[in-house]
Amino acid sequence: MHFDIADQYRHRLSVVHLLDPRVKVVATFSFILTVSLTPTGVWWTFGCFLVLILAVAWLTRLGPMFAVRRSFVALPFVLAALAIPFTTPGSVLFRIPGLGWTISEPGVIRFTSILARSWLAVQAAVLLTATTRFPDLLWALGVLRFPRLLVATIGFMYRYLFVLADEALRMLRARSARSARVPKSPRPPIVWQGQVAGMMVGSLFLRALERSERVYAAMLSRGYDGHIRTLDRFRMMTFDWVALAVVVMVLATPLVVALIQ
Amino acid sequence: MHHTIEVNDLHFSYPDGHIALRGVNLYVSPGEKVALVGPNGAGKSTLLLHLNGILRGRGEVIVCGVSVKDDTLGKVRVSVGLVFEDPDDQLFSPTVFEDIAFGPLYMGLLEVEIRDRVAQALEAVGLENFEDRVSHHLSNGEKKRVAIATVLAMVPEILILDEPTAGLDPRSRRGLINLLHDLPQTMLVSTHDMRMVSELFQRTIVIDQGEVVSDGLTQKLLSDNTFLEEHGLEAP
Repeated sequence: MHFDIADQYRHRLSVVHLLDPRVKVVATFSFILTVSLTPTGVWWTFGCFLVLILAVAWLTRLGPMFAVRRSFVALPFVLAALAIPFTTPGSVLFRIPGLGWTISEPGVIRFTSILARSWLAVQAAVLLTATTRFPDLLWALGVLRFPRLLVATIGFMYRYLFVLADEALRMLRARSARSARVPKSPRPPIVWQGQVAGMMVGSLFLRALERSERVYAAMLSRGYDGHIRTLDRFRMMTFDWVALAVVVMVLATPLVVALIQ
Repeated sequence: MHHTIEVNDLHFSYPDGHIALRGVNLYVSPGEKVALVGPNGAGKSTLLLHLNGILRGRGEVIVCGVSVKDDTLGKVRVSVGLVFEDPDDQLFSPTVFEDIAFGPLYMGLLEVEIRDRVAQALEAVGLENFEDRVSHHLSNGEKKRVAIATVLAMVPEILILDEPTAGLDPRSRRGLINLLHDLPQTMLVSTHDMRMVSELFQRTIVIDQGEVVSDGLTQKLLSDNTFLEEHGLEAP
């Protein structure tokens, strides 16, 4: 058995897929920033951004609802903001019977705005990862001056997470193969089971450590000198610049209007 | 043009006190392909790691006429291509392109040259147009080939391979043997695959408990069953 990569990337031949990964990264981050700056309760602005996301999703040929469907994964994180309707002062909308907690109108507006912002931001991220191959995404982050060490670390993680998962899988199988239990014999104590699991985690850690040394030796063998270097893999075409300009304009207009109001 | 490997009285012990090499001497002449065999734990991999200065022991290692020292490491690592046993150790980049470009990139080559070398290296191992593939998705045989391509891209004068045929199915193994046969570099190959040894290498060095116990013609070695048995080996 082979632990296969759960890649977010979905290949299609679309303008969005063909864009320079840098443009996509900048556009996504600008979108998230714009959405976070949108004032609370200006619903038509959020509406504009939702239309924008749906339009981009349609352009990707992944189907307009693709990002919407995938975005619900991140919904539980909104629970962190669940206290806001109760704690924001203002006119009372509703009182929970028995507890006496009150839900205020400005609280609900703030909570819904946060919900809308995070939902839109997640959709943008979903589209970015679905239309950009992970190595290209990493490359773009590196070229855009994200800390090189961080990008390299994520790169190694991407490469070796699944190698490690394979190793863990093999160990689990080896354990199952040896944990035959005679019928009607008592179950092994839970502490003992915990110890076995702990030792497996420990041994996986040691293997990872040893592998890291071998990987480092392989890097040294090919001339690694402690500085991370990358090659230019993409070139910005006119098309990329135009796309970038369009994105910036489309994002800026509703935001500026909303802020002026 | 030297292309030689020369090891004089090399001693090495690991930090935990385990003695891995006890005075190894060997010489490989330009263009020669030599097999390095011996039981597990004999010191084969340890010896190979000395040949490009990853490990540094007591004694002298000279490759391509250059003595391995702190200030010659860069030069040595360009001329000696070391292919590790586990390709997952060798292929550490997200894509095949980035892995093969890694060596040339650190050699300070221009981008055009690097792209050329990547394409040539992939062609040499018979995997044209594999640039954008993700290493994780390759088969074991493909991984081995890409691992070899990562060092070929540096155009080394000497190739050192650790267990190249381990874990390969017969067809991939056959492909790899043909590849090794066709490559022009001076070669030192550590292996347990005695059938490959008899087919590919005229000369074999046997190492056991950190010492060279035999160095000579493969045919002669393979006919000496008592000796082979004594050192945990077997004729094909």
